[in-house]
Amino acid sequence: MASIADVPKESFRLSMLIYDTRYRSLTIQVVVFFLVMAGAAWLVDNTYRNLQLLGKDFNFSFLWNRAGYDIPQVLIEYTNDSTHGRAMFIGLLNTLLVAFLGCAAATVLGIVIGVLRLSKNWLVGRLMTVYVEIFRNVPLLLWILLIYTVFIEATPGPNAYRPGADGTPGMEMQLLGTIAVTNRYTAVPDLLFWRSLGDIDLLLFKVSLDLLAIIAALVASFYANRMLLAQATRVQEATGDRPVTWWKSILIWTVPVIAVLSALGFHVEYPRLQGFNFVGGINVSNSLMALWLALTLYTAAFIAEIVRAGIMAISRGQTEAAFALGLRPGRTMNLVILPQALRVIIPPLISQYLNLTKNSSLAIAVGYLDLRGTLGGITLNQTGRELECVLLMMLIYLALSLAISGVMNIYNASVKLKER
Amino acid sequence: MQNTPSFVRTDMLPAQDPPLTEKGAVKWMRENLFSGVLNTTLTIIGAIIIWWLFSAAWPWLRASVWTADNLTECRSIIQQTWGEGATGACWAVIRERWTQFLYGFYPNQLYWRPNLAFVLLFVALAPVLFTQIPRKALWFSAAYPALAYWLLWGGSLWFPVVALFGFVAGWVAFRVLSPVNAILAAAAAAVVPVLFWLLLWGPLTDTLAAILPLSLDMVRSDRFGGFLLSVIIGVTAISMSLPLGIVLALGRQSDLFLVKSLSVVFIEFIRGVPLITLLFTASLLLNYFLPPGTNFDIILRVVIMVTLFASAYIAEVIRGGLAALPKGQYEAADALGLNYWQAQRLIVLPQALKISIPGIVSSFIGLFKDTTLVVFVGLLDPLKGITDAVRASTDWKGIYWEPYIFVGTLFFIFCFGMSRYSMYLEQKLKTDHR
Repeated sequence: MASIADVPKESFRLSMLIYDTRYRSLTIQVVVFFLVMAGAAWLVDNTYRNLQLLGKDFNFSFLWNRAGYDIPQVLIEYTNDSTHGRAMFIGLLNTLLVAFLGCAAATVLGIVIGVLRLSKNWLVGRLMTVYVEIFRNVPLLLWILLIYTVFIEATPGPNAYRPGADGTPGMEMQLLGTIAVTNRYTAVPDLLFWRSLGDIDLLLFKVSLDLLAIIAALVASFYANRMLLAQATRVQEATGDRPVTWWKSILIWTVPVIAVLSALGFHVEYPRLQGFNFVGGINVSNSLMALWLALTLYTAAFIAEIVRAGIMAISRGQTEAAFALGLRPGRTMNLVILPQALRVIIPPLISQYLNLTKNSSLAIAVGYLDLRGTLGGITLNQTGRELECVLLMMLIYLALSLAISGVMNIYNASVKLKER
Repeated sequence: MQNTPSFVRTDMLPAQDPPLTEKGAVKWMRENLFSGVLNTTLTIIGAIIIWWLFSAAWPWLRASVWTADNLTECRSIIQQTWGEGATGACWAVIRERWTQFLYGFYPNQLYWRPNLAFVLLFVALAPVLFTQIPRKALWFSAAYPALAYWLLWGGSLWFPVVALFGFVAGWVAFRVLSPVNAILAAAAAAVVPVLFWLLLWGPLTDTLAAILPLSLDMVRSDRFGGFLLSVIIGVTAISMSLPLGIVLALGRQSDLFLVKSLSVVFIEFIRGVPLITLLFTASLLLNYFLPPGTNFDIILRVVIMVTLFASAYIAEVIRGGLAALPKGQYEAADALGLNYWQAQRLIVLPQALKISIPGIVSSFIGLFKDTTLVVFVGLLDPLKGITDAVRASTDWKGIYWEPYIFVGTLFFIFCFGMSRYSMYLEQKLKTDHR
């Protein structure tokens, strides 16, 4: 009786590397790996040979040499005797400053415009559509340059604010006399403390103790308020009645901060004309103002579209269902529409923040010294180390982008609707 | 007992006009402008803003001057016509310098070449954009890059044509070998053109040029500028970044670990750095990365970098489209026995691309706007490069609104046109019935 022979064990043949799906993916990956390694080796070899030809080496010791150039707008102490490394750090802080100011202002403006564009008012809706289309379809560089040029060419010098010798009054300061726009800078009020606590030196930069005190007060208020609300919830769960908390919340939020501020002797110092310049306030350079305004107006148009799309993505039935449950319009917005709309809005909003941060590198067009202007501009030209400077700059921007998207992704995960 | 009522109307009353407040413009205004306190306030604020913009812009536009030799003359004309202290637009600068805004410093007598290339661009684009046009016209689209290169930069016709021959050689190799072995054919399709360019490009060009000398005056790359430059960079990068973006998106969705991680690293790196730093790499670092002595055209370098930049963004958009596709589509393709590329080409990509059209087009719009950044590597973009050149001349020193408005308007027309086309495409490709 013939027994069923086993299927002969197939021996491995070379062609199986290509035709057998078990091995094919491995083959492809090995080939890709070798191609990539060969490409990388080629690039490194070329770079090495080019550097040798030019008599250069690859090291970052120039970062500890004296920079020798001035930076007009600095957040922390810097002189032209500081190192290139510190100049780079100042540049990074300037990038962060304009990115932060831009993101904050663009979000507020974008939400207002996005909501107004959805309003039933025909005139305002059209006006906002025109705004969005105009700002979205024209390069950002144009807005930066245009606003900067208007600041430089169409605003008066500081002298115009001085009363004339014959008693003619000078120009009025803008915004109820609090800021003065001139062709060199915009003078804005400064926030000062009579009884300042001073700074603590953290080697790299100084941190104001006043600021830390205020932050500490706010954090304390935050936790106190959370405890209050948790207490209210407990009472509500036990008795069914929620105790009134709003005035306690207001007190908790305001009293400690006001106490700290008055203890420190907080006051606002308005800019005033002295000699040829404004003193007393902060003189913000026009390049920063132009960059900030342009980034804000441009990004706001995109954010407006994101907000509009997010709100429109929530079906009408959700609102109707909430009304049917007897929720008031305010609570409908807070409890039903916003949580769902945020899920649609947050991811593209994150990428707009990233775009704004990256777009802030256009600062070079108006001479605002951000990371691109210090490390990738003057330092690069002075030291002639293109390779190191550009690679370092890319690395910093990359780290910045990954950090922002990381933080925002954590936030996104927390507001996301939990499904299954 | 009388059952009939004393009066019965036998004919219908004619319909009355609705009340004055419920019809026509009044009704519309009540509903759309003044339906409540908030709405009325908004309307008033909107009207104030419009009035404010109008009253700022109208006197300036009304006093436009179209013919003058310089800004001083312009201003004096305005003062004479509209009285002391009047300001007005001086469009004379556009009238005098518009060629620079459009062509940069391209030689005057050769303007017909970019013009012709621009017109032919639409001829080449038409069969791609509109399906009603016969498919045969696509052959012209395929040949267009070589033709446009020849028209714009000049030199021998055979130089770009032989470059095209390289693609033809690769295609022939693929067709010949594909019945034998698919993998071998794919490898040959990649290797043959490269070998062809390395070995035969120079000699073949010289030989053909000796037989039939067809050549135009050469124009150096530093003469290019203005919208000519923007359109060259924009169109080239757009057309090259789409296929590259598709490949990257497929790579990122791939099951092969190495391919996937390489795609992710590439995409995240490109998206994490500003375009300016990449342009810097193109202008400063490429000399380090290439064999010593290599030096190729700055416009080409910029185009390559802008393409890489845009392809990473497009890859992310397409990945969204791929992710939005129901899993059943992939499984159905597998069930039909299609292999990977057939499934992608016939089932997955047509649907995924359709979903991603709005995102792709907005990437393209962003790319076209970003072409203005080439000014930072020394090319003359229309926005800063040319405008600064105009503003630096003694005649037009101190002018700023007019050139920016002109350039901004042209950019607006291009970008707005693109976004409208994408809406048309979305409508056309919409197959669901909602």
